[in-house]
Amino acid sequence: MNYLIAAYIATWVIHGTYLTILARKYSKIQREIKSLKK
Amino acid sequence: MKRGFPILAIVTALLLSFGLYEALIVAPTERTMGDVQRIFYYHVPSAWTAFLLFLINFVASVTYLIRRNAKADILALVSAEVGVVFCTVVLVTGPIWARPVWGIWWTWDLRLTLTLVLWLIYVSYLMLRRFSTSSQTPVMAAVLAVFGALDVPLVYFSIWFFRTQHPSPVIGDGGSLDPRMAHVLLINWAAFLCLAWLVCWTRYRLEVVQREVEEAQSLEALLEGDGSR
Amino acid sequence: MSFLAVTRATLAKDLRLEWRSKDAINAMLFFSLLVVVIFSFAFDPTAEESRRIAGGLIWVAFLFAAVVALNQTWARELRNHVLDAYRVSPAPADPLFLAKAVGNFIFVIVLEALMAPLFIIFYKLRPLGPAWELLPIAVLGTWALVVNGTFFAALSIRTKNREIMLPLLLFPISLPALLGMVNATTAVLTGEESAKFWIALLLAYDVVFTIACLLLFETILEAE
Repeated sequence: MNYLIAAYIATWVIHGTYLTILARKYSKIQREIKSLKK
Repeated sequence: MKRGFPILAIVTALLLSFGLYEALIVAPTERTMGDVQRIFYYHVPSAWTAFLLFLINFVASVTYLIRRNAKADILALVSAEVGVVFCTVVLVTGPIWARPVWGIWWTWDLRLTLTLVLWLIYVSYLMLRRFSTSSQTPVMAAVLAVFGALDVPLVYFSIWFFRTQHPSPVIGDGGSLDPRMAHVLLINWAAFLCLAWLVCWTRYRLEVVQREVEEAQSLEALLEGDGSR
Repeated sequence: MSFLAVTRATLAKDLRLEWRSKDAINAMLFFSLLVVVIFSFAFDPTAEESRRIAGGLIWVAFLFAAVVALNQTWARELRNHVLDAYRVSPAPADPLFLAKAVGNFIFVIVLEALMAPLFIIFYKLRPLGPAWELLPIAVLGTWALVVNGTFFAALSIRTKNREIMLPLLLFPISLPALLGMVNATTAVLTGEESAKFWIALLLAYDVVFTIACLLLFETILEAE
């Protein structure tokens, strides 16, 4: 039973990690756009 | 973002929640393995989605080699990245399933090994894209993707023969599938496909903007160079 | 000049150059010897067990030696801007690739021919199956590593960490070939199974990737 929960949590951790990486890329690009506009 | 995006996001969230509910509560408990078998409803759809994404990468790569349009290249990059994410899920949930069922973390069974090799090939693809300093990285990456695709049937046959000679436990559905289970499986697959679509769409837009920013930055550097003279 | 003539000329030139600058050759020979010795220290099985694992050990050792040889494949061409010349000229680049691949092949086969007797001695190997099959296995297996290795060495030229990029790209794609080489060798050594399927697999692998490399070399050359 624990294994089941672990598997489901692992799945979402992996997806969540990737989405976090994308979010960081997004903020970085936003900052770069701001500095370009100046 | 176009209007379709929020709709897709909502549909994805709904399908994922519904799929989770079906997987944990509605689906019947498997006779031999018990509740652990429910990992199946995440493991298998992730695998199908990953393979589909790698197929998309192959088509996009070949398209790029023929037409050399940036859209195909970006699609290749995006499908490879998201494919690796889903593939990682398969490789992590597989052993978590195998451990309570077979007592071992890993087995060189056909599907798991094939998934591992695909994961390795596509990670090497992503590394080439990241570490290449050439201006023609898309072409080289596309060629590598073609090589990877050519390799897949060879990988399949080599592992298949190896397994017929040295049989080992198989991670996967035991045999025939209860129709109620098939139903849950398909719902979760639909959910993960929508998730993949959503994430790919996001990553695609991100890459487009990133390239525009990079172009603007190099243009600015050029102009500043002129001005300082 | 015909395709074969150009290939032969390029190959002859390469072999002559390698023969003259024996430093690289000597270093690699010594490296191969060290690999054999280290493996023999690390794995010291009985004669019975050794037949089962020697196939894997030998091919891993050959793989390391091949990578060392492959890493310097294009070094000379880079130094002398040969690749730029090929990019500009209308001449097809396939003979260049083939010459490089065959040159690497010859070189790695020589390394293997020197390492193999040492392995036989250290592991007290005596093949129980048809020993002659080891020859096509060695030829097909080495070509599998070398043809893709030469190609990926060209891909790796313009990357930040060239030397590590080559094995990173080569190893995953070579896995079916490695499975083939190792299992075929083990089959011949233990005599328990037939190596025929694996030899056929290696042949298929070699055909597929030789054609792919020849067809796509121009494409990546232009991309450098």
